[in-house]
Amino acid sequence: MTRLLDIQDLGVTLPLPSGDLHAVRGVGLSLDRGESLGIVGESGSGKSMSALALMRLLPRGARSGATALRFDGQDLAALDDRSFAQQICGPRIGMIFQEPMTSLNPVYTIGRQMTESAVARGLLSGARAQRKAVDLLDRVGIPDPEIRMGQYPHQLSGGQRQRVMIAMALMLDPELLIADEPTTALDVTVQAQILDLLDDLRREREMAMILISHDLAVVAERTDRVAVMYGGEIIEEGKAGDVLRKPAHPYTRALLHAIPRLGGAPARLTAIPGIVPSLLRAPEACVFAPRCAYRRAECTAAPPPLRDHGDGHRCRCVLTEPPRAARVAEPLRRSPAIGQEPVIAASDISQVFSSRKGLFGPRREIRAVDGVSLELKRGETLALIGESGSGKSTLARIMLGLSAPTEGTVTMLGRPVASLSGTERASFVQPVFQDPYSSLNPRRRLSEIIARPLELAGTGDRSSRAAAVREAMDLVRLPERLLHAYPSQLSGGQRQRVAIARALVTRPEALVCDEPTSALDVSVQAQILNLLDDLRAEMGLTCLIITHDMAVVHQVADRVAVMLNGRIVEEGAAARVLDHPASDYTARLLAAAPRFEDRDTTLETAR
Amino acid sequence: MTDTDITLAAVEAEHDTDTLTPGQIFRRRMFGHTGFLIGAGLIGLIVLIAIFAPLLAPHDPFAQSLSSRMLPPIWSEGGSPDHLLGTDQNGRDYLSRLIYGTRVSITIGIGAATIGLLIGVTLGVLAGYFGGWADHAISFLLTAQLALPGLLLAMALVFIIGPSIWVVIGIVGVLHWTYYLVVTRAATQRIRNLDFVAAAAASGAGARQILWHEILPNLMSSIIVIFTFELGIAILAESSLSFLGVGIQPPTPSWGLMIAEGKQAMFYRPWLVILPGICLFLLVIGANLMGDGLRDVTSPEGRDG
Repeated sequence: MTRLLDIQDLGVTLPLPSGDLHAVRGVGLSLDRGESLGIVGESGSGKSMSALALMRLLPRGARSGATALRFDGQDLAALDDRSFAQQICGPRIGMIFQEPMTSLNPVYTIGRQMTESAVARGLLSGARAQRKAVDLLDRVGIPDPEIRMGQYPHQLSGGQRQRVMIAMALMLDPELLIADEPTTALDVTVQAQILDLLDDLRREREMAMILISHDLAVVAERTDRVAVMYGGEIIEEGKAGDVLRKPAHPYTRALLHAIPRLGGAPARLTAIPGIVPSLLRAPEACVFAPRCAYRRAECTAAPPPLRDHGDGHRCRCVLTEPPRAARVAEPLRRSPAIGQEPVIAASDISQVFSSRKGLFGPRREIRAVDGVSLELKRGETLALIGESGSGKSTLARIMLGLSAPTEGTVTMLGRPVASLSGTERASFVQPVFQDPYSSLNPRRRLSEIIARPLELAGTGDRSSRAAAVREAMDLVRLPERLLHAYPSQLSGGQRQRVAIARALVTRPEALVCDEPTSALDVSVQAQILNLLDDLRAEMGLTCLIITHDMAVVHQVADRVAVMLNGRIVEEGAAARVLDHPASDYTARLLAAAPRFEDRDTTLETAR
Repeated sequence: MTDTDITLAAVEAEHDTDTLTPGQIFRRRMFGHTGFLIGAGLIGLIVLIAIFAPLLAPHDPFAQSLSSRMLPPIWSEGGSPDHLLGTDQNGRDYLSRLIYGTRVSITIGIGAATIGLLIGVTLGVLAGYFGGWADHAISFLLTAQLALPGLLLAMALVFIIGPSIWVVIGIVGVLHWTYYLVVTRAATQRIRNLDFVAAAAASGAGARQILWHEILPNLMSSIIVIFTFELGIAILAESSLSFLGVGIQPPTPSWGLMIAEGKQAMFYRPWLVILPGICLFLLVIGANLMGDGLRDVTSPEGRDG
């Protein structure tokens, strides 16, 4: 029997101004009918590029080639673009993209977008396409499907749009569905629903599925087989259970240990040193060797062989025996501390945003924060949890003193924040933002960026500032060599370190971190979370961390406050809230968080 | 400190040898862009001619010689090597007048484009950063400006104030700021919401410091691009005004004025119109090529590829 999909030796090259980027090299994928394959990898590992190459959706100028590219016995490479689009793309292979906000056309109704491809291909009549679309919308869990058919994308929430995207892909009954990070842009509770839906649909229709994700936990729960990609290559492949429970490649192993877990006592994460390799030169040896803890001489000399560990579990590594040594996790350096004295206190905060359409339009009001009181106590780490739109970032801006609340007062060290000058406030509390790509001015060198708060405060002269910058860079483990680099020359993790260095250069007592790791890869997230642990241990920092990730909360927080629709629904010690949530909403959030089962015997905590 | 961080530094050291600073990338792309090189070459040449006009001009551009009026250029019948491009109606050397005309065009181009830049960028940044009523007011100003017929207004103003080169610069500049405003307003609105602006505000920076230190540096590349385009537009505007008789006044040599003066004899002595026309064409095409090139070079996605 022929396999549904058979790709051998796929390569993708992207031309860049600084040379060719070898984004995907020697990738082989195969899939049977009804089987689900997870492709996992960090950003830049080539996982999306592989799928786009299959669908002929590569960016302009990209070149791709494969020794075999067969779908259901048919050679895809022999088809021209027109017949590929007619016969394969859509009717036989469907694809769902990451961003539900931009993958629907805003000027057409849902109904038109759903029926368009079937009707245009002549597969269904208009009326039958309409009926099928309504049935599918109903199946993917959109309430009142007939009414929704006449609506426009902006009238739907992000989760609903992703459901529409799924229904749209199913209109043509594809035999293979490729989902490229289908839930990355969605909230945790929605993510769980969408993944369950995809899983059910796959079983119901005996459809094969490729699930691409950076999140190991997502893939672990939903797929039969897993392929781990790194630096444009598949480095390990096998049954989901084998790969995720008995990883053979040091990278997979390290990646698993870098994920914060919800169970057990929080421990230091094992970060993978270094950053993802630059693929401007096609590597001639093991791509992971520079970061590998088990590196040997032969690793840098020649490409490692593909070893079979039985039962289809293959791994590209020189080690004949996969590392089995138990991981010894160090405890956190900082002992949990709940202070008593409040350093920032917000009482009865409400924030109302009003906007007008044009000069004379009607006024609209949105209550983003609604009567919230929150105290940040000296030395503690308080986690503020909530899904998007819950008002947590707005509250953080208010507590930073960046915006004035409509009602209520914020006091810092017992003084109302409005009476403090900008520099007084800055010397006490500093922010760290979510997106390290937008939090640094692209036109300034690192030395200028980090020194800027000092210049604004007017402290010290040029040489004392330079010394403070060096000290701050040392604190966040940034090499001094990067002092005169521009942000664009750094990786995401390095940029986030710069942002933290800038926040620390004035020696503030408190940090407000708004999703400090959610834009980062797992291995880099581990580096930053460990760094935060170090800083709290060394400097006694008070932290307010805003996050949507329960595992991060478990890793860092002493106390937790849960926000929903602008109100705090639960507040308490982290251990209690995570183990025995009092509010339904917290319980739902916890249940929806993707996790590994807790029978990982190799994980031990040294005491 | 754990030992992993030491290897981290080592790996990063290896990594950043193959990355370039933004300046290096910019230079590399600049020198690989043919259009930009041609445009910048033309503009550079014309600026040099303007600066060294007294050294280059073979004759005094104002010296009239009624005995040698309307001499043709050297390549047509009756031309003399003494006047390479012939003479005009008053017997003035045409080559010398063209060379001195460069000065007027360049001065007006740069002057007017700078005035427009100051007005447009200031208003655009203020509208984009503060929003609200400031944005409404400035947008209204923009709409009003766009609704006025520019050339007519310029003519009326020159007529009222009286013509001189400085008046022409001022008026052309004051009428050409809309493009700056539209672009900088949109860019400021985008940059204002980026986290590095919030970070600066959290460090105690006021609006002025944020505008000057965080936002303006990020607008520079688009401002330079618009400047080169406006340069061409301002030069053409001056020529139009001079051609219509309300711009540069005789006997100052200006290309637009020379075309206007030559038009009576256009059918018998076409070079009187064609030669300044060619000069104008080269200058404007140079400015546009340079602007296009700069836009390609500074755009992040690299349109030249």
